[in-house]
Amino acid sequence: MSEYQVNENGYFGNFGGAYIPEMLYPNVEELREQYLQIIQHEDFQQEFNRLLRDYVGRPSPLYPAQRLSERYGTTIFLKREDLNHTGAHKINNTIGQILLAGKLGKKRIIAETGAGQHGVATATVCALMGLQCVVYMGAIDIERQAPNVARMKMMGAEVVAATSGSKTLKDATNEALRDWINNPVDTHYIIGSVVGPHPYPDMVARFQSVISAETKKQLLEKTGRENPDYAVACVGGGSNAMGMFYHFLDNPDVKLVAVEAAGKGVYSGESAATTILGKEGVLHGSRSILMQTDDGQVIEPYSISAGLDYPGIGPQHAWLHKTGRAQYASITDDEAMHAGLLLTRLEGIIPAIESAHALAQLEKMVFNGDEHVVVCLSGRGDKDLDNYMKYFGF
Amino acid sequence: MNRINKLFANKGDRRILSIYYTAGYPTLNSTVDIAEALEKAGVDFLEIGFPYSDPVADGPIIQHSSEEALHNGMTLHVLFEQLKHLRKRVALPILLMGYVNPVLQYGVERFCKSCKEVGVDGVIVPDLPMYEYEDLYRPAFEENGLSNIFLVTPQTSEARIRKIDGLSTGFIYLLSSSATTGKNLAVSENMEAYFSRIRDMELQNPIAIGFGISTRDTFIRATDYADGAIVGSAFVQLLANPDYKEKIPEFIGQFKP
Ligand SMILES: Cc1ncc(COP(=O)(O)O)c(C=O)c1O
Repeated sequence: MSEYQVNENGYFGNFGGAYIPEMLYPNVEELREQYLQIIQHEDFQQEFNRLLRDYVGRPSPLYPAQRLSERYGTTIFLKREDLNHTGAHKINNTIGQILLAGKLGKKRIIAETGAGQHGVATATVCALMGLQCVVYMGAIDIERQAPNVARMKMMGAEVVAATSGSKTLKDATNEALRDWINNPVDTHYIIGSVVGPHPYPDMVARFQSVISAETKKQLLEKTGRENPDYAVACVGGGSNAMGMFYHFLDNPDVKLVAVEAAGKGVYSGESAATTILGKEGVLHGSRSILMQTDDGQVIEPYSISAGLDYPGIGPQHAWLHKTGRAQYASITDDEAMHAGLLLTRLEGIIPAIESAHALAQLEKMVFNGDEHVVVCLSGRGDKDLDNYMKYFGF
Repeated sequence: MNRINKLFANKGDRRILSIYYTAGYPTLNSTVDIAEALEKAGVDFLEIGFPYSDPVADGPIIQHSSEEALHNGMTLHVLFEQLKHLRKRVALPILLMGYVNPVLQYGVERFCKSCKEVGVDGVIVPDLPMYEYEDLYRPAFEENGLSNIFLVTPQTSEARIRKIDGLSTGFIYLLSSSATTGKNLAVSENMEAYFSRIRDMELQNPIAIGFGISTRDTFIRATDYADGAIVGSAFVQLLANPDYKEKIPEFIGQFKP
């Protein structure tokens, strides 16, 4: 058993657990009892892999980014999650969870979304399976991610605005949890990241682990070496990063770099750099690190990127941070926007602003020249065009 | 025996009425005044909510009161400061109710001690897991004479209800349905079947029914099956009126014959 994986009590070290009111207990307990048995079953794996291949378009390419590599003086590979159906890594998880919901006999699906990528990925699999879908989204995010709202609606999902608190991802998650409390029997909640009560963080990480499983194979084919020197990914709740790190966790030669959003600067008061600004506490059902006041009130985060605008990180990340297994860096809005433009100009790829945070970290790393660096390009920038246009005044 | 235990032990055939409200709402310093007014009006025990930024089990009314209370400057430190002289003014059994994160930041043991110091009798923290209470915190609750109140919903299994009954030392908080707070209840046949199923389990602990109790009718029908019932959102809504103080006796009167 890896020291970085969940233990039988649902904890990663002292992080994780299930801090939920009794109203959520039967649903979460049902999942906890059954998730491993269901997802490890051969039929489930076959169906999951078939959909990832035929519907999502996996394996996603591992692209050796030549001009980017020249710029940084080392060998950089981009794991192209942006080429997945619906444009981000989020669909790896929603395919897994929709199959699971089917096995549990659930008829109605709810989800929260920040950037709208998870909402779109959920609406998509609901259309695919013919299930009712309700997506909660912060009122502010509905404004800044309009194309994704349209996509969800076209897919037949109901998009409900979360108007409490900061009106972003945290509040959308609160609303989804409230919906689940009020619909305790027929509804499955597809959480979009490695957050929430056990078993969600472990379950979502397992579904996303396809990212590093493929990366290993592809690196071996391309370079003769299956382990990179660095794996770099952005962290909102942390699902693309967990997927990117998963199969490298027990190999200390692979340096893991997680990139948080520093917004207008880590100490500007408008930031989402959780590991620097946060303390241990409980949010959305698990014990982790979160941004909070001394009184335990959650502080509203800020990032230009709706997908990173979250005051916590998943419990497994909290543990990787505490043990020092992964390094947690932070990137400002400005740094991310410029890294996004740079990739566009050097490689002809417009990244999601979330993913641009991971790319911006390359600027800060020191290379010898012979490293293999894999960056998780978690999503494409179509949904962010408005933001890019405004920012650069195109 | 704390005040909660004595209340239920000596209740006879009275229907126990509890009121929930949020500390620091509508104004920062209204907490103890409201407690006093409720005691005068004939309420049997109180649940004082300490606010949290992300109250996932609450509907819009209590979300709003929590937000306002935080805005007014309410914290656990401020609340314990306000409650310092509580027992000079109010004799009713009092529970504190809120979410686990503020308690964790305050320190669970320290929280239990502070409760005892000001004369609080019990605590309801819906997102404190049962296993964590059993493994870590039970001694701190017991040493400070605090009842830890657990919730039960229509979906809670019989085995789990038995376990909760074994761990409880005050009463069991029976949710009228699986719902967030503030959904006005229509008592249905299903619900009455659930209430009688629980009653027929003959648990050791008394039962109080809450969530959605807002009228005399729902109060009476709930207490036909249970020892007491709890009114929350309907009362918090009353507090939004500028003249809520004058309205408290009449509001409470409707539940008492
Ligand atoms: C493209 C993209 N990358 C990253 C994230 C952040 O989520 P996570 O940290 O779970 O990967 C999001 C969230 O919406 C996203 O859309």
